Amino acid sequence: MNHLRAINKKARRIEQHVVKTASEGDIVALQQGGPAPKPHVPMGCSLVFYPGWEVDSAGGTAGLCQPVERDLFDCYVTCFWPAHVPDHLNNSPDWTSKCATGTKDWRNIDIVFP
Amino acid sequence: MTTYTLTEGHKFRGALNDFLYLVPSGGIFAIDPLSSAILDELNCGPLSREQLIGGVSQKTSRLPLEVAECVEELCQVRAIRDAAVTFIDKPEPFPEHFPLQTLVMNVTNQCNLSCQYCYEFGEDKIATPEGKKKFMDVATAKASVDYLFAQSEGRKSVHITFFGGETLMNFPLLRHVVEYSNEQAARKNIKIDFSLTTNATLLTPHIIDFLAENRVGVTVSIDGPKEMNDSFRVFSNGRGSYDIMEPKVRELLARHHTRPIAARVTMTSGAMDVFKIYRHLKNDLGFHEVGFAPVTTSPDRLYSINEPGMHSVFAQFGELAQEYMQFALRGELHGFSNVSDTLAELHQGVNKSHPCGAGLGLLGVGPSGDIAPCHRFVDSDEHVLGNVTTGIDKKKQTAFLDRGNIGAKYACHTCWARPLCAGGCHHEAFVRYGDTGHPNLHYCDWIRGWTNTCLEIYGVLAEKNPSFLDYFAERKAS
Repeated sequence: MNHLRAINKKARRIEQHVVKTASEGDIVALQQGGPAPKPHVPMGCSLVFYPGWEVDSAGGTAGLCQPVERDLFDCYVTCFWPAHVPDHLNNSPDWTSKCATGTKDWRNIDIVFP
Repeated sequence: MTTYTLTEGHKFRGALNDFLYLVPSGGIFAIDPLSSAILDELNCGPLSREQLIGGVSQKTSRLPLEVAECVEELCQVRAIRDAAVTFIDKPEPFPEHFPLQTLVMNVTNQCNLSCQYCYEFGEDKIATPEGKKKFMDVATAKASVDYLFAQSEGRKSVHITFFGGETLMNFPLLRHVVEYSNEQAARKNIKIDFSLTTNATLLTPHIIDFLAENRVGVTVSIDGPKEMNDSFRVFSNGRGSYDIMEPKVRELLARHHTRPIAARVTMTSGAMDVFKIYRHLKNDLGFHEVGFAPVTTSPDRLYSINEPGMHSVFAQFGELAQEYMQFALRGELHGFSNVSDTLAELHQGVNKSHPCGAGLGLLGVGPSGDIAPCHRFVDSDEHVLGNVTTGIDKKKQTAFLDRGNIGAKYACHTCWARPLCAGGCHHEAFVRYGDTGHPNLHYCDWIRGWTNTCLEIYGVLAEKNPSFLDYFAERKAS
């Protein structure tokens, strides 16, 4: 730091923390600004068309969270997003069996009621 | 557009530099004139980035880029912040197990003096000793020591303080405890040390030699030269105690060299001349250190210090503190321990959740083995937390600590001196307000003034003789 000089022990710890996080790029609140964002290429979600399928307990989509509503199928296949998708191993092994390509066959995916 | 605002901080001057004391972290930074100008600019309220950088740049004739860099640094240490961002520093929950460090053993609740202001026997007493043991017995003392060792798991060193009543009225037990504790400590490979507080009237060469041999630290309660000491430190027949204690104190100081010997002054309406008291105790008698504390009392007692009195005491504290600084600049130790204690805490940058270790790392034990948050609460039915034989009541302990937590003291949340003060003594609060968790509002101005005085001294020393501060490098409680 060029303008501040740590004097007591606690200040030295703060200084070390600042230097460390500056080099690591710590998580900061969006409002805090921080370093300029680097280009970010999302996987799936906003680049390709994958409609949402699941319904909420009332049969609509109002109760679902945004990523599930919009990109459920992609979350389920390629993305890290922990979406609530039907269980593909035990209870609904065939729920996407009629959907070979999301953009064309999405209407064929079954609605699953838990 | 980002809007900047000041966080909590206290700017002060020491030698030729401006400094910033950060709250609540407790960090102290020396700040350059540009940082200082930025903080001053924000003094009147939040400013947009443009206004702040533009304004400061114009006033200081520095490049906006340079000002921006400085703003960034101040943000990083949280001296200023983006007004849209609020830092919520949630108090950390108590650790499940907090090992005990210090046990204060009230080996007796009896005393051969009748000091009028005594918090154990005086008008504001909270102890309820009726029907309880007056002297601690060997079994209880051993159980207390065992309790300390059992509860201090993980500590490399523990501490026992002997207290009373008049501690030396139960010297045989004290000697027993020292021997037994040393044995136990050696067996467990833990370091142990001892200290005691006494009125010195019962000291004998034999006792002094024992204390010296066992490196028992001694604090003598004494309020200054004869006329001041004898205002309230009297025997039950009203006779002053000075003439009895003075030769014994001299003997103590002449024979006991293994630990520093301290004087502890209770400031009352009868003992307010700080310089006279200090000179007498330090120079005439030869104590290594002298610590002062105003008497704990309801405001209307004969011995309490009134408002103008406190102003005078504070002014004298300031002057004596300046003398301390002159000594420190020459690398010499001055005996005004109030300054040393505060400097030590500033040097570490403490940020306290509680004013002291009472109920947490420190406990008091009464003659009956009852556990209290500290020695000041011993023998009080209302504050008993358990017994050394049956252990501590966790619920009561947690309740006490929750009350005393700075998070619960809302009046303190806007005070810049709270990292050190944390609301002040639990016992003082109980005597004044009937609640151990009440902030000691009657001392606020005093505490802020004193903290500022010591910050300024700290700043000067940090600039002119930083090696002196190495003296405070080790934390007291390790």
